[in-house]
Amino acid sequence: MSEDMSEKVLMKGNEAIAEAAIMAGCRHYFGYPITPQTELTAYMAKRLPKMEGGVFLQAESEIAAINMVIGVSSAGKRVMTSSSSPGISLKGEGLSYLAGCDLPAFVVNVQRGGPGLGGIQPSQSDYFQATRGTHGDYHTIVLAPDSVQEMVSLTVKGFELADKYRMTSMLLADGTLGQMMEPVSLDVGEIKTFDKPWATTGTKMQRPNNIINSLSLIPEELEQWNMTRFERYKVVEENEVMYEEYMMDDAEICLVSFGITARVSKNAINEARAQGIKAGMIRPITLWPFPKKALCEAADKVKAFISVEMSMGQLIEDVELATRCKKPVLLCNRCGGVIPSPQNVMDKIVEANNLGGEKA
Amino acid sequence: MATSKVLFAGFGGQGILFSGKFLAYNGLIADKNVSWLPSYGPEMRGGTANCSVIISDEPIGSPIITNPDMLVVMNNPSLEKYEGEVVPGGKIFVDSSLIDRKVERKDVEVYYIPATKMAADEGLDTLANMILVGKLIKESGITDFENVSAVLDKIVSAKHQDLKEFNHKALRLGYEYAE
Repeated sequence: MSEDMSEKVLMKGNEAIAEAAIMAGCRHYFGYPITPQTELTAYMAKRLPKMEGGVFLQAESEIAAINMVIGVSSAGKRVMTSSSSPGISLKGEGLSYLAGCDLPAFVVNVQRGGPGLGGIQPSQSDYFQATRGTHGDYHTIVLAPDSVQEMVSLTVKGFELADKYRMTSMLLADGTLGQMMEPVSLDVGEIKTFDKPWATTGTKMQRPNNIINSLSLIPEELEQWNMTRFERYKVVEENEVMYEEYMMDDAEICLVSFGITARVSKNAINEARAQGIKAGMIRPITLWPFPKKALCEAADKVKAFISVEMSMGQLIEDVELATRCKKPVLLCNRCGGVIPSPQNVMDKIVEANNLGGEKA
Repeated sequence: MATSKVLFAGFGGQGILFSGKFLAYNGLIADKNVSWLPSYGPEMRGGTANCSVIISDEPIGSPIITNPDMLVVMNNPSLEKYEGEVVPGGKIFVDSSLIDRKVERKDVEVYYIPATKMAADEGLDTLANMILVGKLIKESGITDFENVSAVLDKIVSAKHQDLKEFNHKALRLGYEYAE
């Protein structure tokens, strides 16, 4: 970019992720085009081949792309892939192998409606897939931006967290965020890097071989690997939870929402406040680790929660778990590519406010 | 101006998305909050294209516009689809060389500009969109006309400086157009 870094530019979410990844030191991109994230792939195709050490490769499939990510990550370089929902399913095997090998990687899912080939309009119905993952005991750090600016900051954060904890971090966006343009500052500050003594960079006869492997046929050994890995996950849960509180100080109705629906929810909360209903929101920014403590504490103060999501009730399960079902949790949802309107959310806020017949 | 919600709608290829981008940049250089959201997918290939632009003094919640304050329409299907959505007291800018009917709503201000014909007469064939934007700037007060050069500097690449001049001319035509 030729612009002054502090000056704001208008960028599409997909392109902003790509630029932020480059700023975070990513020089290797492997992917396969799919709507609505193709601008990200196209941006990398334009930029990376012109950069020193830059590699862009449009793989023959999503499965090939994620395996190329495993290769580059093993060599200790920052690497990413991106796709949209059905393409992420294809990468599922590789995501589990990354976890089994304790390799860092950055993966972007710009979600569209499903299941199956589904549609191409925005959705959040990969929440379970992102936060629960594929086979085996493992976790993925899941970051959920709600603006183009946050797509930049969380991309940088995603690379840093991945390296720090030797995990995959996934940026979970949706078609709206990917396609929209907003003013964005590309001033991301200092980028953190981490030593990777485990990387397979050649021993130069100076050290024993590094072996990267997810296979163990000895149950006790595999169990120990998992135990060790989960010790690390515990540190992530203790230190890396991120969320935003919006008008929660005196809130009686607590909305929980991430990504684009959190923005729709803000409109509805402002409208509710104008009508004298004390609504607020806890917006998880990390979906894993989930802001359990903040929600559990809110449950002692508010009279109801509303999970606002573009899926058939996925986020709501984490809200119910986190709040130990201390208060009712209502679902406000659309799916299949339909975005809830502020009015949809407002109606649900009114319903929540009327629970127990306290107010007419 | 607290918040302006502008919807641009027409066929793919009419510069609907560019018009929106141009307006959004006007907001950006005036230090406003801005969002630009296009329709995407199969409807863009020869079908209707639209884009939503919000310019606001306040942080923008949802970038999705259900009820625009202003509608710029460049084909019949888009007028059919969106006429009823405009807020009462809102403004509709109609390319009257492409849309053969009048707006039925009585509670909105309507501006008929034969933009496609004007563009063709002036040798500005693909710039009917910018003629409409010129009129929108005049009637909306979203930005001062003096700012448009600076915005064109930002969004027209150095390679295509001649296009800048054509865009400016089209904007002025619209700005000065009186029915």
